[in-house]
Amino acid sequence: MSALTEAVADSAVITKRNLIKIKRVPDLLVFTTLQPIMFVLLFAYVFGGAINVPGVGYKEFLIAGIFAQTVVFGATFTGYSLAEDLQKGIIDRFRSLPMAPSAVLFGRTVSDVAINVISLVVMAGSGLVVGWRIHTGFFPALGGFLVILAFAYAVSWVMAFVGLLVRTPEIVNNASFIVIFPATFIANTFVPSSTLPGPLEAFANWNPVSAVTQAAREQFGNTSAKLPPPDNWAMQHPVPYTLLWVVLILAVFVPLSVRQYRKAASR
Amino acid sequence: MTNAIVAEGLVKRYGAVTALDGLDLSVAQGTVVGLLGPNGAGKTTTVRILTTLLEPDEGHATVAGLDVVRDARRLRRVIGLSGQNAAVDEHLTGFENLDMVGRLYHLGRTASRERAHELLELLDLVEAGGRPAKGYSGGMRRRLDLAAALVASPPILFLDEPTTGLDPRSRLGMWDVIADLVRGGTTLLLTTQYLEEADQLADRIAVIDHGRVIAKGTADELKDQVGGERLELTVADAAQVAAARRALEPVGSGEAQLDRDGRRLTLPVDGGSAVLVAAIRELDAAGVTVSDIGLRRPTLDDVFLSLTGHAAEDAVDPGEDPPAGRAGTTTKQEVAAR
Repeated sequence: MSALTEAVADSAVITKRNLIKIKRVPDLLVFTTLQPIMFVLLFAYVFGGAINVPGVGYKEFLIAGIFAQTVVFGATFTGYSLAEDLQKGIIDRFRSLPMAPSAVLFGRTVSDVAINVISLVVMAGSGLVVGWRIHTGFFPALGGFLVILAFAYAVSWVMAFVGLLVRTPEIVNNASFIVIFPATFIANTFVPSSTLPGPLEAFANWNPVSAVTQAAREQFGNTSAKLPPPDNWAMQHPVPYTLLWVVLILAVFVPLSVRQYRKAASR
Repeated sequence: MTNAIVAEGLVKRYGAVTALDGLDLSVAQGTVVGLLGPNGAGKTTTVRILTTLLEPDEGHATVAGLDVVRDARRLRRVIGLSGQNAAVDEHLTGFENLDMVGRLYHLGRTASRERAHELLELLDLVEAGGRPAKGYSGGMRRRLDLAAALVASPPILFLDEPTTGLDPRSRLGMWDVIADLVRGGTTLLLTTQYLEEADQLADRIAVIDHGRVIAKGTADELKDQVGGERLELTVADAAQVAAARRALEPVGSGEAQLDRDGRRLTLPVDGGSAVLVAAIRELDAAGVTVSDIGLRRPTLDDVFLSLTGHAAEDAVDPGEDPPAGRAGTTTKQEVAAR
């Protein structure tokens, strides 16, 4: 077997192992999906009445933001799981085998895409129930979902690095939330960025989370002529801007995480 | 005989703590070497270096002729490791755990499954094989972890404290399994803090303390280092200790030591069972009533104590001074009390 086919085969074995866990521990899936449903309901009915988005109903506006926020939060699961495997000595086992070192990380991040797909389906379902609609067609909508998944995959690698760095599952969550809350709130996810004070608005307009959200809104047709996107390159071209971030994050965090994997395991 | 494992001058530091301080070790092919030492002596660090999980700061080591740093990937094909914490995935079944490891050894789908079934059979896990490992007992997890180490039928096996934390019955079961394995010619490096375990399983023993090998040899050679036989007796009445001492003077080859409890005497002797008979006669003549008497060879406990100044099963942090002022003769009671 060549090194590449071997790495792919090894990653598939690890992916399968992680997916079996999702099947055996259904609570995990229940809570990953309950949280986005709760967010959809809370924002739609608690803030929905107070937030006025010109030209488009708040529920229409909101859903893409919730999608983006949920998958970014979901990425902490990648780091959590790796820290847990480290703690339980399972990474030791893997490291003593003649397998590709990157396979544990690729297997992990790929199986976490499956979790994201499931939570997107659940959120889309609850979105439809509260009144969200796709106004374009199948292919643009699919494109919207793919952009979200691609971004989520990249963030998973950031969290993989964090998980291997801090090594304690609980701390992965707490440490990540400090960053993830501002990153997903100082954005156009829940309110139009034009409503934010100056510096925050500038941050929001270049925030990749905003770009993912904007890209999804455009692909789903949840935009309105009365609310044009902010006049900066990122928000005018949200799809290429998002993909740029995806490439950048992967280029930095894949090698960084693989290196950290070797280091973290060898203590 | 060629050496399957060779380590020379291994040094590993963790900040200010020196875990390994110039460790030398060799294991001849097809033999079992027991690495015996207290907690924190450097046993696990040694195994982690030899199994490529950790790189040494200084020194070098080869396993099956492959360098642990440069040839790490190739080396992993010929070794099996069962670590201190049973590293099984608790959400996978026993079978799934083994099949996963088989696939990661690139055995191929069919071969991997067959091997998993074989190993479940070998380690008496057939019934449990279809259940998630979460519900396994400690002993079952250890056996599954051992099975995982055996998936690729590696010629060289590393077992890091395979029975620590097991109840006595599971421990005996594990010993049987390991003894069966090595009968087939597997080279085994076994770490343990149980002297009895090293005595039972190992052809040769390397005693390790503070990151260095401080003695090596067969169990008998090590015991001979400490000296010959001892006569041990317990007098029925503590008031008779002095009389017993006097009576034993002509029998012993040295001074009798009195134990902490004030009734047990240990006396170095030469001459085997004749000495025992003579001792009983002398004691009888002196009117001393004895509740227990016997000859014993030094145990590995005695070896360990005389080498390190502390008992093997004491948890001694690296750098901490060994507990002082212990009489060698108290060891047996201490072990029995555990």
